[in-house]
Amino acid sequence: MDKQFIELESATIRFAGDSGDGMQLTGTQFSDTSAGFGNEVNTFPDYPSEIRAPEGTLYGVSAYQVHFGSKETNTPGDEIDVLVAMNASSLKVNLKHVRKHGLIIANKAGFKDKNLKLAKCETNPLDDGSLKDYQVFAYDINESVRQILEDSGLPSKVIDRTKNLYALGLAYWLFDRPLEPTESWLKKKFGKKPEVLEANLKVLKAGYEFAAINQDMMVRYNIKPAKLEKGTYRNITGNEAVALGLVTAANRAGLPLFLGSYPITPATEILHHLSGYKQYRVKHMQMEDEIGGITSAIGAAYGGALATTSTSGPGLSLKVEAMGLAVMLEIPLVIVDVQRAGPSTGLPTKPEQSDLYMAMWGRHGEAPMPVLCAVSSTDCFDMTIEAARIALKYMTPVILLTDGYLAQGTEAWKIPDVNNIPPIEVNFASDPETYQPYKRDPETLARMWAIPGTPGLEHRIGGLEKENGSGLVSHDAMNHQRMCEIRAEKVARIANDIPLAEIDGPESGEILVISWGSTHGAIKNALASLRAKGRQVSHVSLRYINPLPRNIGEIMEKFDTILLPEMNLGQLKTMLQAKFLKPIIGYNKIQGSTFTAKEIEIKIEELLSAREN
Amino acid sequence: MTSFVDNLINKKYLEVPTYTPKDFKADIDVRWCAGCGGFSILAQVQRIMPDLGIPKEKIAFISGIGCSSRFPYYMDVYGFHGIHGRALAIASGLKVARPDLSVWVATGDGDCMSIGGNHLIHACRRNVDLNVIMFNNEIYSLTKGQASPLSRVGQKTKSSPLGLLDEPFNPASLALGSGASFVARGYDKDPGQLKYLFDRAAKHKGLALVEVYTNCVIFNDGAFEEYTRRESKFDTTVFLEHQKPLIFGEKRNKGIKFDGYKPVVINIDEGDNSINDVTLHDEKDSALALLLAHMSFEPGLPRPMGVIQAIERPTYDEKVTWQIENEIATKGEPDLNKLLKGSDFWEIN
Repeated sequence: MDKQFIELESATIRFAGDSGDGMQLTGTQFSDTSAGFGNEVNTFPDYPSEIRAPEGTLYGVSAYQVHFGSKETNTPGDEIDVLVAMNASSLKVNLKHVRKHGLIIANKAGFKDKNLKLAKCETNPLDDGSLKDYQVFAYDINESVRQILEDSGLPSKVIDRTKNLYALGLAYWLFDRPLEPTESWLKKKFGKKPEVLEANLKVLKAGYEFAAINQDMMVRYNIKPAKLEKGTYRNITGNEAVALGLVTAANRAGLPLFLGSYPITPATEILHHLSGYKQYRVKHMQMEDEIGGITSAIGAAYGGALATTSTSGPGLSLKVEAMGLAVMLEIPLVIVDVQRAGPSTGLPTKPEQSDLYMAMWGRHGEAPMPVLCAVSSTDCFDMTIEAARIALKYMTPVILLTDGYLAQGTEAWKIPDVNNIPPIEVNFASDPETYQPYKRDPETLARMWAIPGTPGLEHRIGGLEKENGSGLVSHDAMNHQRMCEIRAEKVARIANDIPLAEIDGPESGEILVISWGSTHGAIKNALASLRAKGRQVSHVSLRYINPLPRNIGEIMEKFDTILLPEMNLGQLKTMLQAKFLKPIIGYNKIQGSTFTAKEIEIKIEELLSAREN
Repeated sequence: MTSFVDNLINKKYLEVPTYTPKDFKADIDVRWCAGCGGFSILAQVQRIMPDLGIPKEKIAFISGIGCSSRFPYYMDVYGFHGIHGRALAIASGLKVARPDLSVWVATGDGDCMSIGGNHLIHACRRNVDLNVIMFNNEIYSLTKGQASPLSRVGQKTKSSPLGLLDEPFNPASLALGSGASFVARGYDKDPGQLKYLFDRAAKHKGLALVEVYTNCVIFNDGAFEEYTRRESKFDTTVFLEHQKPLIFGEKRNKGIKFDGYKPVVINIDEGDNSINDVTLHDEKDSALALLLAHMSFEPGLPRPMGVIQAIERPTYDEKVTWQIENEIATKGEPDLNKLLKGSDFWEIN
């Protein structure tokens, strides 16, 4: 019987196995190959907070999900179409996300008594009928790779480690992907170990060929390339996009870049990337603690660098006092907070949007700061540059909120030409005749940046309240009120310098969905699905939280019902209600995972039918 | 692209203006209490500045919080009054970003040893090229008299009314143990010695910590009297000079001799001992430095003043510069478009 091709618009595949099974690598290869093939791609790695959790356990499961399609993907996918499960635990943990009638490719070698016991399965799910609603393809991959590499002379440990490539070969056949990209990647990786390289190439190909000739897998899927803009593309995580955004912003501002940081999940890769950019004159200090991270950055900013500190929730808590200092100094600083589930240590590897209140108000005294957010992994690049622009133009610390999902997930990114990115203007003071530390630009209210080394501008600044203009220490009551108001007004005026909120959908109507940050993607997919059913719903995706776009209040007035899904218990909802006195329906998911498009779609349908009744 | 900042960093000075100490006095009243030891420190810092050969605009003073930390306001150079405990971290970031600057830190025993202790030990180990003056008055003064980590066991303060239970740090031992390259100690009542120590610190490449016994007339008056009064100081202190014997005493007849690792006081005018038995100070001997730092806190032995250790090793800020230069020398001038592109990219036509 000939094998059949089915064409799909998009599909979601999840590679799941033990922490040590190489699932992150397998998923990345599948994603890179699909992106190179011309698909839209969106991925998400899901790994435990333990580095090498005990083998075979439920909590040691590591997975990598790839959503790829001929249309916009926007999210890593709601439901899994194909689950590759390397052992019983990885099947058990992920089964609930697999679509009914979806495919499960299981490695039988991971379903032995020991594995079943560790997975707390009383019977073997591959035999007990519990998977009758799925299409199951179970093979002993360990046995297959042993046979293939019987004569390789490699130790059995090395042979066993190739099993992920066999699974990848199977998946490549299933979706008609070329092997070449992974082959050339393997050649780069194992160039110095020819026998290991040969084994890996052999196994990858064997997996592909086995799928082609076996008589159970009779259907394969075809997903055409997406209609993408012409250009050069790459896959990028949100954290790498932040790192590149910072280097680019420094370049466009003509400033040296300085990072002061301390390792913390899921923000650490920003430090990893920037610390490797020495050729680009990036200076970094891995400081002794989070406070050292931000205060060293403040010192560098005082010296005229584009200074930045990267962290996640617990680190942001520690930086709070220094953030107040930066507000008082009116010094440019970019603070990147990659949000994770809290409070306290919380769920360190899982995303959340629950640092918004802290970003807005988590400082003593009246300490207003601009707050921005990125809506996708690639948007992290643009919003980082925007955060730097605002920090430098308004002489203020700026918080950029991303989250663990944007930070670790990847998206295909159309690589910009640096020369097409607008320069960022910086106002250094140099005239001793007219310079006053707190003399302000009448329009932006920004003070000038006077950095050491500039002759004749020697002056003193610090955390004590300053007299407006002269910058001398002042305990005058009226001056303090005035300075508090000026600092607030300075941040408020940034509203004149940011884009208006754009409505996706009708400009008025029954339902408006407002989102901020990473919920953007799921909402876009939900709306696309609703529109296909003839439902009219509008969406505003916010990237500026403080100040808000000038027209957001007006937009809200034009809709009967406003829905605000967020990964917290209603932080932006509370802010918007307080400001505009307009009721908002919150939809709050605080489960360490993002919304699925389906969840949003169901919620909107509920609201629509409630209106109809 | 040469930018404003690059131009400042690379600016060549054909000659540095001639300054007097007055040029470093800010036009502001000094608001320390009358009789505060801080005045002596301020005067000596202002006195050495003209001799450093550094243009005023290239000098920055960074501080934390406390009486000591008002210091930058009184100096007519660039000044930054930070937050409690963080002066060393702020200064480290500034020095790494701007290696062309002469960066000074004014801090106190609370600011530096307690809330800022973590930054101190790490700044010492990194050997960032900073000049750190620690005003030690063995008390929290600005908050009106609580025990500091350098206050003494049994000391009665507002926060230890029944006597302090904590053991104090030995600052010199702590700094040496953390890898500080330059550690010195002086006291407010000996301006000549302070001037010498500040000058040495300024000229030292790497982190220089100068602990200064600073009398607080209000909350801990006379804390250091035994080391500073004319009547006792010759017997309670020994001034360290490189390659000179450790001699002290009113009649300069006492010496320190090491019996193994144990310092003992010998009389060089009487008995079998002579000056030849006295240990020579060696600023470059880090083992000796540790013994001397420890000796400070043993009864019956004089407290060492002067430069306890001065060794040269590469500074953190210059290593950062070398790493950058090396990368550019190996990989070429940076091309940002290349960085954005990465290694795994594809074309859509």
